[in-house]
Amino acid sequence: MGFVHRRRRGAELFLLVLALAVGIGAYAAVGLGVEGTVPADLVGYGGWLTALIVAAHVTVRIVAPYADPVLLPLVAALNGLGLAILRRLDLTYEAIGNDDHTFARQQLTWMTLGVVLFIATLFLLRDHRSLQRLTYTSGLTAIVLLLLPFVPVIGVPINGANIWIRVAGFSFQPGEVAKVLLVVAFSGYLVLHRDALALAGRRVVFIDLPRGRDLGPILAMFGVSMMILVAQNDLGSSLLFFGLFLAMLYVATERPGWLVVGGLLFAAGALAAYTFVPNVQNRFNFWLHPMDYYEETPGSGQLVEAMFGMGWGGLIGRGLGNGFPERVPFAYSDFIVSTIGEELGLTAVMAIVLCYGLIVERALRIALISRDGFGKLMAVGLGSIVALQVFVVIGGVTGLIPLTGLTTPFLSYGGSSLVANWVVIALLLRISDQARRPTPRLDPVDDAGADSETTQVVKLK
Amino acid sequence: MSELTLFLIRVAFLAILWIFVLSAISVIRSDMFGARVPETARGAAPAPAARKSAKPGKASKKPRRGAPTHLVVVEGENPGTRAELADAPLLIGRGSDAAIKLDDDYVSTRHARIAASGDEWFVEDLGSTNGTYVGPVRITQPTTIGVGVQVRVGKTILELRK
Repeated sequence: MGFVHRRRRGAELFLLVLALAVGIGAYAAVGLGVEGTVPADLVGYGGWLTALIVAAHVTVRIVAPYADPVLLPLVAALNGLGLAILRRLDLTYEAIGNDDHTFARQQLTWMTLGVVLFIATLFLLRDHRSLQRLTYTSGLTAIVLLLLPFVPVIGVPINGANIWIRVAGFSFQPGEVAKVLLVVAFSGYLVLHRDALALAGRRVVFIDLPRGRDLGPILAMFGVSMMILVAQNDLGSSLLFFGLFLAMLYVATERPGWLVVGGLLFAAGALAAYTFVPNVQNRFNFWLHPMDYYEETPGSGQLVEAMFGMGWGGLIGRGLGNGFPERVPFAYSDFIVSTIGEELGLTAVMAIVLCYGLIVERALRIALISRDGFGKLMAVGLGSIVALQVFVVIGGVTGLIPLTGLTTPFLSYGGSSLVANWVVIALLLRISDQARRPTPRLDPVDDAGADSETTQVVKLK
Repeated sequence: MSELTLFLIRVAFLAILWIFVLSAISVIRSDMFGARVPETARGAAPAPAARKSAKPGKASKKPRRGAPTHLVVVEGENPGTRAELADAPLLIGRGSDAAIKLDDDYVSTRHARIAASGDEWFVEDLGSTNGTYVGPVRITQPTTIGVGVQVRVGKTILELRK
């Protein structure tokens, strides 16, 4: 039992300095590449970014001293790099006379809000287990949030997807918050019911399939996902929610049979969507034969331009400011990875994918060392969100899988996503702080000690 | 801005990016096994625990008067079954590898574990179906038990005896 985790706050600080060097260095490189000079507001921008990161770091030092040392720097580096890329796109959009050219400024505002919520989460939530009480509340809230875009006044369809609400001039994607709440709801539900769900039914070629009567939850989740797909026209979120539930169900029950059932349901859903939703059919065609639909609308122009960009970027890219990312529509959100691939090359894209890989690895590690089942499931769920999102987006942009719209966590422009992801990281740090704390049984020691003494006194008499 | 300068900026930035990623990996690597703290230093090492260390100190006198020597089933299917604490850590459950093997249907295969930390004994639930109770409380983390404290697993009650 002589094993304890060290706090590693110094290591975190060291990594944060490097992360800031990445973020601010990218910002300076953008200025040098596009305008030929170091940007005039570099000090102000760098100072603001540093202040945010230092505030987050100090918070972790105060309220979560044993938390994982690598998560915060990884997120800081990705967010800083994303801001610099958005700034680079802003400069081009401004030059070609595009109306929207303040993405970086807005993203910095959202990042500030994200860090504030990160700090608030860590301060207010001292023990993640208290979230277990909110299992059904958060599940219900998530469903209400998912339905909000259909409320007539505040719901607004943007780009054909009914996933936005607009309140007082701010548009927001409630689904991004819903995914965090769903993780809480799934963990609370599965930690109580996993034993029933793990009961084996019929055995088919080495794999125990689950019992038919236990299929209720997965069918319900499948229904919700299909509803999102059909009603909101949002393939990405639909995939994310179902994949998230399946991953957590598998981890909770250790039954590969659930993966078989989930895979079959997914195949059936995909087939149905392919047959009945023309949008999905298009996506498949663009994926299989991108060049055939290059000139058409709706066509695969976006995807093909992204491929051209990444191909032109090659191994080390054209350099920030020397590419043509404006040729790709939505280069600031879904296709930000293609911009990075064009201007910083495969080398940078690999580093970024590795960063996401490390975030997921840390989440799974937290799940492994966490002492309570609820924390384990929550860490797995939060890690799965990041993993699925990155796989779906980067896989889509690089042509590995059919394109589905989702944001790249921390890189893409998108307020709701950024804020929600900062909260995800705060929750992960909270669980890891609980898991790595070396003497968790100090308080119970006192209680149990008192108990044992009174028991003994009674017996001695 | 000359072509060469831009090239150098690009390479320098990619270098910073990779230095960051590799440093993160090296921190993860050094974090993998944590720090090993000698058993004797553990009580004194954490500064905030100084105030609380008084109590475990007092509690540790009790085992000295008569430290528990075995674990015994006091109620349930197999009353009287015992296991020596010298063989700790002891596994309780229905499985064949358990130190105390119970024929109780409400007990999981690997239900709970009794282990020592310094002078104290604690019971830890191993993710059992029905939980492990110390007194009336279902435990969620390793909980210290003393002589005579009743630990309930399924329909079985165990306790430490001198």
